[in-house]
Amino acid sequence: MNSITHELPLRAAPHAHDRSSVDRIMLKVCLALSPATAYGLYLFGWPAIILFVVTLLAAVATEALCLRLAGLPLQRLLDGSALLTGWLYAATLPPWAPWWIGAGGVAFGLIVGKHLYGGIGQNLFNPAMLARVAVLISFPVQLTTWVNPMPLGSELAPGFVDALAIIFANADYAAHLSAAPSGVDAMTGASWLGASKVAVGAGTDVGQWLAADFPLTAAFSGHIRGSLGETSALLILVGGLWLIWARVISWHIPASMLGMLSLCAWLASHFNGHLFPGPLFQLTTGAAMLGAFFIATDYVTSPASATGKLLFGAGCGLLLFTIRSWGSFPEGVAFAVLFMNALTPLIDRFIKPRAYGRTLGGKTLKHSDMRKIV
Amino acid sequence: MFAPRLFGSGKIRGGVHPDGRKDATSDRPILTNLPLPSRLYVPLNQHSGDDALPLVRPGDRVLKGQLIGKASGRVSASIHAPTSGTVLAIEAVTMPHPSGLPAMAVIIEPDGDDRWIEIPTPPDPFSLDPDVLASKVEEAGVVGMGGAIFPAAIKLRQGRRFEIQTLIINGSECEPFLTTDDRLMQERADEIVEGTRLIRKIIEAYRAVIAIEDNKPAAIAAIQAAANKVGAIEVMVVPAHYPMGSAKQLIQAVTGLEVPAGKRSNDIGVLVHNVATAWAIQQALVYGKPLLSRVTTVAGACVAQPQNVEVLFGTPIEHVFKVCGGLTGVPARLLMGGPMMGQILPSLDVPIIKGSSGVLALSKAEVNAHTSSPCIRCARCVDACPMGLVPLEMARNSRADKLDAAQEFGLRDCILCGSCAYVCPSHIPLVQYFEYAKGELADRRSSQQKQEYTKGLIDARKERLEQERLAKEAAKAAKEAAKAAKDAARAAAKAEKEAAQAKTQHPESTTTSPADNCVREEQP
Repeated sequence: MNSITHELPLRAAPHAHDRSSVDRIMLKVCLALSPATAYGLYLFGWPAIILFVVTLLAAVATEALCLRLAGLPLQRLLDGSALLTGWLYAATLPPWAPWWIGAGGVAFGLIVGKHLYGGIGQNLFNPAMLARVAVLISFPVQLTTWVNPMPLGSELAPGFVDALAIIFANADYAAHLSAAPSGVDAMTGASWLGASKVAVGAGTDVGQWLAADFPLTAAFSGHIRGSLGETSALLILVGGLWLIWARVISWHIPASMLGMLSLCAWLASHFNGHLFPGPLFQLTTGAAMLGAFFIATDYVTSPASATGKLLFGAGCGLLLFTIRSWGSFPEGVAFAVLFMNALTPLIDRFIKPRAYGRTLGGKTLKHSDMRKIV
Repeated sequence: MFAPRLFGSGKIRGGVHPDGRKDATSDRPILTNLPLPSRLYVPLNQHSGDDALPLVRPGDRVLKGQLIGKASGRVSASIHAPTSGTVLAIEAVTMPHPSGLPAMAVIIEPDGDDRWIEIPTPPDPFSLDPDVLASKVEEAGVVGMGGAIFPAAIKLRQGRRFEIQTLIINGSECEPFLTTDDRLMQERADEIVEGTRLIRKIIEAYRAVIAIEDNKPAAIAAIQAAANKVGAIEVMVVPAHYPMGSAKQLIQAVTGLEVPAGKRSNDIGVLVHNVATAWAIQQALVYGKPLLSRVTTVAGACVAQPQNVEVLFGTPIEHVFKVCGGLTGVPARLLMGGPMMGQILPSLDVPIIKGSSGVLALSKAEVNAHTSSPCIRCARCVDACPMGLVPLEMARNSRADKLDAAQEFGLRDCILCGSCAYVCPSHIPLVQYFEYAKGELADRRSSQQKQEYTKGLIDARKERLEQERLAKEAAKAAKEAAKAAKDAARAAAKAEKEAAQAKTQHPESTTTSPADNCVREEQP
């Protein structure tokens, strides 16, 4: 009994693994996002493409810088989390926002929202939403300028050089357009959420106005003014359902968030149709869909248990409805998600799954309890 | 007593579905009568509990089946000579555990004759008293062969003290690669069923169920055929779902009941034994044969001829691999047990023991060698946990040495099945954290017990001293009182005398005598 024959690592069981990895998860989320984003890039043309690329590059560069400063291996870049943060943030921006909104915002989100907390997995708030709120509060004009859809290849769409000028030099493309022979009056307008807020403020009967003017089919399919990657409720829904099917996310948060939003909107519009738009309007406008499937479901900043997730999603939905209805901003997804992010540690502290052999409160199961459970 | 629930849904919570990889060995018959190795290293502790006491000395000749280690202590099991030969030494050998820590073993040089000790033909076990049967199981050195290696006789006696509704014979074998129970059920179904009947007789269970995972159709058919011959033994097919083979999970699947936290399955009227244990008990009671060998799965991509072999205890693992055509290349990992809960082997020299359900030589492609990255709180571990715990919080708190919080999040109920680490996309060695934390807690408990014991001694001493002091004071007080009484009596006598004298001189002063006052004060 002498020789130790092998150099074997000391490692606890299990020795097998399901071969999942963080980078594969991030890749799947990006894949699920891509139909809606691709449609947005097509719809808003070259300026949107440039903004999107600049934001992603800035995200990766910021991540690399932070990893370096923290003395962590640069391979961590390959986990794809920074790319996803940049992508999500870009998807919520006005499609023709200036480059520094994209680059500066995502840098802020990653530095303050992620790396100051200790990097991946440690952050309390969703970095993309933190960035979104920071730029919204700081630069409200740039963040509420919504360009009309001008699909790539269409008559009015800016070319690549025009796009560079729009994104990097703040060129006045509207003036260029009105000088054109076709004589276009307006290139931009309010988002539907903004318009409905103005209508409520002006005393318009929202129910009637929306019934007459709101293009529900276009809003659902995505041919409508809005953020770069969130106009198409349909494509986001497809991507989100695929994520659930692929078991990357669970159904709890999207279902409870959209369910609560719809319930509130239905009740409110049912009892006061003059002031409150109905559930279909709420679901197909703004970032409701993107938020429910891709933002609120962020692992790091949402609860771990199924019950906790249901509560978290319902809270997001309720807050979203409240902010949209009574807040000073027309859209509230970012605020709602950030608020619930702050509650996540508390939810996880108090809402745990029932352990085998114990009651929900953690006491040892008695025979009388067992009859109730089985 | 609560109303017994006899039927479960066959389902468990959480869990994972690892790639079974059982095909390589499940269709090949068990290889028996292996060539003897040149030495057998038979550890005196192959069970949970205390070492057996060696009954032989170097130079002694032993026969196959001869008792060489006597169970000693509250929890222990007997050890028998696996073959005939000469005892070379009794010394420390490396045990099949990652620590590589040594334990005492009887080293036997086989003489090649494999000569049995004389075993009298035992009476029909079904005619014997259950307590006698339990003692015979104890004498045969049978332990739980599914991995718990708890002495079987103790479990049977515990079962006799409770009203057992359901005896479950565990044939689920949920670990990937392992097919030892599968092959045993295919080839020795009658023996297993007879063993099941004997266990049932001993613990007087109302119902006996042999539970088998649905990925073993041949074993199910064999056991069903054997059970049909005798009747009254149920065969339940449960889904292939890791960790179905864990007692708590299997009980839930078969009966629908949960074992209350901190209690034993006896408390809810259930007892679980492994199929290999049922076989060993049958051999002991029907033929009087002590436990000398077991069926072990030898598998993994680095094994030339993966198969099940029946190995004598004490056989070095190197010999077992040699019998299976040797190793092809250097394995990335050598394990005893399955890949989900098995342990890394420190060397090829370690012996096969009673709990060795398999020895695996895994290639690089078959093991997880990723380095871990930070937790992203994806909560897959929460979904995978069959116990309903929160592994990510348990790990976070264990890392920060916040063991009380880790306990609250579930460490106290963790069965170390590894489902959480199996699905972790960050490849965090969660089980390693939990084992550390459990060890740390055990240390704290024992040091706390020590402290409490010392504190008890100190308190007892204080009390003793206090009592001594009180006794002394009381004695002193009594003495003083006695003295005072004496003084008073003397004073009174004196006063009386003086008064008598004074009376003769001044009779009017009697009532105001100072001596009178004095006496009144001194005598309470």
